Amino acid sequence: MKITLKVWRQKNAQDKGGLKTYQLDDVSPDMSFLEMFDVLNEQLVKKGEEPVHFDHDCREGICGMCSMYINGQPHGPKQTTTCQLHMRSFKDGDTIVVEPWRAQAFPVVKDLVVDRTSFDRIIQAGGYVSVNTGGIPDANEIPIPKKIADEAFDSATCIACGACVAACKNASAMLFVSAKVSQLALLPQGKVERKSRVENMVAQMDAEGFGACTNTGACSAECPKEISLENIARLNREYIKAKSSSDNI
Amino acid sequence: MSWFTNAMSSTLGKKVIMALTGLFLVIFLVVHLSGNLQLLLDDDGKAFNVYARFMTSNPLIKTTSFILYASFLIHIIWAVILTINNKKARPVGYAKTKPSANSTWSSRNMGFLGTIVFIFLVIHLKNFWYVMHWGPITSVNYDGQEYRNLFATVEAVFSQWWYVALYVVSMIGLMFHLYHGFSSAFQTLGLNHVKYNPAIKFVGVAFAIIVPAMFAAIPIIIFLKTL
Repeated sequence: MKITLKVWRQKNAQDKGGLKTYQLDDVSPDMSFLEMFDVLNEQLVKKGEEPVHFDHDCREGICGMCSMYINGQPHGPKQTTTCQLHMRSFKDGDTIVVEPWRAQAFPVVKDLVVDRTSFDRIIQAGGYVSVNTGGIPDANEIPIPKKIADEAFDSATCIACGACVAACKNASAMLFVSAKVSQLALLPQGKVERKSRVENMVAQMDAEGFGACTNTGACSAECPKEISLENIARLNREYIKAKSSSDNI
Repeated sequence: MSWFTNAMSSTLGKKVIMALTGLFLVIFLVVHLSGNLQLLLDDDGKAFNVYARFMTSNPLIKTTSFILYASFLIHIIWAVILTINNKKARPVGYAKTKPSANSTWSSRNMGFLGTIVFIFLVIHLKNFWYVMHWGPITSVNYDGQEYRNLFATVEAVFSQWWYVALYVVSMIGLMFHLYHGFSSAFQTLGLNHVKYNPAIKFVGVAFAIIVPAMFAAIPIIIFLKTL
């Protein structure tokens, strides 16, 4: 396959950056999108040029590290992660535009690498269950209905890649925050701190400068883990309930 | 900041305000439409003029109308604030986007659609609401009682083709605004449930089509009568 790539190149956070065109003449349709970038980088290194910097880790679609905005869609045309996107999803002779996630809260570090620690700070604000020391509780001590367990697990599949933010016209982090709030609010262990959790996580989300939710549904449509919009409704519900009934004045 | 203003100034709180004012305006549309439909009665505007007097003099309606003005203003101002903040959330845009792959056109253009409705609203208020309150307006006598003849004003305005065209275009704008806005308001308020989602979606779409279409039909019918 012959592929023309237009890749965002940016030296550092201060650099203005711009799209640069590269030509790849021998791309296998079985390559993953990231392997295609490996081939490009080998070419660049051989020529003595700076390779394209991009985030990746597990390359199994489970870590949430890869983050490319491909031809106008986060993670490209298939509802999966960039590492699980294969070149067979493209045609011979295609031109592919590759850009980093764009959000005020995700500043570009270099080329296609963006800083997503704003997500970490949201988790630090309340996306956890405080554990007291002591004996390990018995596994089946707290009965949880199968349906609730499944729902919580569906929310917990969020890998925090940030595709929702990248897809949203407002760069809103609602789908991510709602998945994290939901997974804990649904389970008995998480219910203890559910009010303070949602209040603190939303406050942090706003402080990071993410946009508001217009309910376009773009986030869920592009989410590689198919996190549903039901989570966003639950987040709204949790927030309204917490704000109107918590003792945090 | 009190806990209330704190909650309402968050992105979620601002959206709750948009949803509540939006739903209130939806109710207003029904009331307004039921009044407008009296324009089509074959009584030279008597029912409509009596109704118009009632709507501008009844104390309960007057109080509600102030809540209505406030809802309009808040819905518009909050929309502007949210739009500015949302633009700030993505200072550098994408070179290539493919929005149709993941969302509907109306959901992405609520601000644009709202602006159409807003421009229409200003013209509309000037033509009818202002004239009804402060004139110039002719009078008409029913059973020895003097009434403002708003019906005559409406007939005069609706006899102009360009106003009818503007009206219809604005109602199409309103149609798309409601197409997304109605069900979106429920989602924002957290009212999402497998049992009721299909009903909310269905009523929202039906409302978005039927109500603006009925509004638009009135000036068209009156215009055709004046020909």
